Amino acid sequence: MHILKLIFKNAFRHKLRTFLTIAGITIAILAFGLLRTVINAWYAGVEASAANRLVTRNSISLIFPLPISYKDKIRQIEGVTNVSYGNWFGGIYIDEKNFFANFAVEPESYLKLYPEYVLPPDQKAAFLRDRKGFFAGRKLAEKYKWKLGDTVVLKGTIFPGEWDFVLRAIYKGRDKNIDETQFIFHWDYLNETMKKTAPLRADQVGFYMISVKDPALAADVSVAVDKTFKNSLAETLTETEKAFQMGFISMSEAIVVAIRMVSFVVIIIIMAVMANTMAMSTRERFAEYAVLKTLGFGGTYIAGLIFGESLFITTAGCVTGTILTFPAAKAFGDAMSQFFPIFNVSVNTIYMDAAASVVVGVVSAIIPAYRAVSIRIADGLRRIG
Amino acid sequence: MEKQPIVEIKNLYKSYRRAGQEIPVLQDINLDIAESEFLALMGPSGSGKSTLLNLIAGIDKADSGLIKVVGTDITSLSETELAHWRATNVGFIFQFYNLIPVLTAFENVELPLLLTGLSGKERRGHVETAMSVVNLSDRMDHYPGQLSGGQQQRVAIARAVVTDPTIIVADEPTGDLDRVSAEDILELMERLVHELGKTIVMVTHDPRAAGKAHIIRNLDKGVLNAYPQTHI
Repeated sequence: MHILKLIFKNAFRHKLRTFLTIAGITIAILAFGLLRTVINAWYAGVEASAANRLVTRNSISLIFPLPISYKDKIRQIEGVTNVSYGNWFGGIYIDEKNFFANFAVEPESYLKLYPEYVLPPDQKAAFLRDRKGFFAGRKLAEKYKWKLGDTVVLKGTIFPGEWDFVLRAIYKGRDKNIDETQFIFHWDYLNETMKKTAPLRADQVGFYMISVKDPALAADVSVAVDKTFKNSLAETLTETEKAFQMGFISMSEAIVVAIRMVSFVVIIIIMAVMANTMAMSTRERFAEYAVLKTLGFGGTYIAGLIFGESLFITTAGCVTGTILTFPAAKAFGDAMSQFFPIFNVSVNTIYMDAAASVVVGVVSAIIPAYRAVSIRIADGLRRIG
Repeated sequence: MEKQPIVEIKNLYKSYRRAGQEIPVLQDINLDIAESEFLALMGPSGSGKSTLLNLIAGIDKADSGLIKVVGTDITSLSETELAHWRATNVGFIFQFYNLIPVLTAFENVELPLLLTGLSGKERRGHVETAMSVVNLSDRMDHYPGQLSGGQQQRVAIARAVVTDPTIIVADEPTGDLDRVSAEDILELMERLVHELGKTIVMVTHDPRAAGKAHIIRNLDKGVLNAYPQTHI
């Protein structure tokens, strides 16, 4: 009990120095937490992937389409329970800066495949009834203040023209990691329009989504799908949804690595700042440590005082930084929602914040504690004044 | 009847190494200090008096020789054993008081008792007694910074006596005090000897302070003068 009191009192001997150090750690932990959250946001699509879902695309590239006729052949493959399909639409809402993902999909099979998109039953029925209807994520609807029944016009880029849609449903994510900024509409609406305006591009899909009976069958079914279309005009590449999402991330792997490195550099910098604070504090107190040793206190007690003070300061900074990470992440996530639709501070990030503060606290105290413990009493007592 | 020596020092040598050179600090020291004796060590700067005091108090190690304090040969003790021995047998008074500035007078005096198995209530009793011995019962909740130099030294004396040690070592206890405060401290130290039967070994430059001691021994270039200079 006494040692805790002394640790606390020691920590606030130089109030300004301690508060500045705590502020530094707070900012470092906040930066570390935000950078880790950015990395998590990058992987949000991967995290949200289901193990029993596969994605089939043209083996040459995602930009090349596949015939709609593949749907029935895929459905017949053993282990397949459901098949849906869709196209990346790439429409622009008013201005290019208003970016959000928009897809044309076969709605009934798609909603069966993605139960994590939760639509109110009446809105779902209204969406399924209206060929020009679309459903949007809660965050997207809130951002643009769309209400049910509103007409929304997208300017096509891949599929030219002005496309008008009616908002029929707003979905919520079943889990926190579900993207609530998507815009989904009927593939038939796209296909019928293409039949009229560009018949050569009709009856073609960008990708198939397949569900399998058992995740263990994923590899076999992937091979079977690709084998079915081998030597056809449009050969396929089938992979798990997770691998498909990872494919996008691997394109920006260097950025993720850079962000990860910066997050650790932040911790190393604050470790140096903290080590300097502890070195200054202990150097000023060598005579006191010598007195304590003279009175019979051992090295463990003195090391305990130094490690305790270091951990107290880093913990104070860590707790403040972690608390501030939540509103900061919310503000950052709102501002960057078009790039990071999922921007939540994960439990893992909080654990990493705590681990970082413990590492900083311990490492910063090692050399000062060693010097304080190993100094000869007579030498320590000379350092008065 | 001759008093039994509480400190026995035989053929003591101590040297330091500086820049690869061995510098002798104490040479062939032989000294006996009797129980309830007040001994002053005098000598010019660098004569080795503080080193000798540190060796008697078990906070430094001799190169060779014997130091027996309260029947224990402290030259054979390990660091841990020495720490335990110091906690139970020696009280320390320093020139600059060396109180912990963030602890109150009460907490400073309580420090050595934390190493004993005493309960909080028992510790409080001991601290109150020690503070009353130094006439500072009304300053227990004051921090060192709120006390004068003389009062701080009295708190340090309370800390030195609170564990009821056999021997008290004092390194220039009046060196940082004005004349009046120094007189107070010396009187208090005399009381410790006369009323509580403590043995005090004091290092000082001040002849007036040394005058309060029973015996004055002079050190010069690490050698103890063969005979006591003064015996009061």
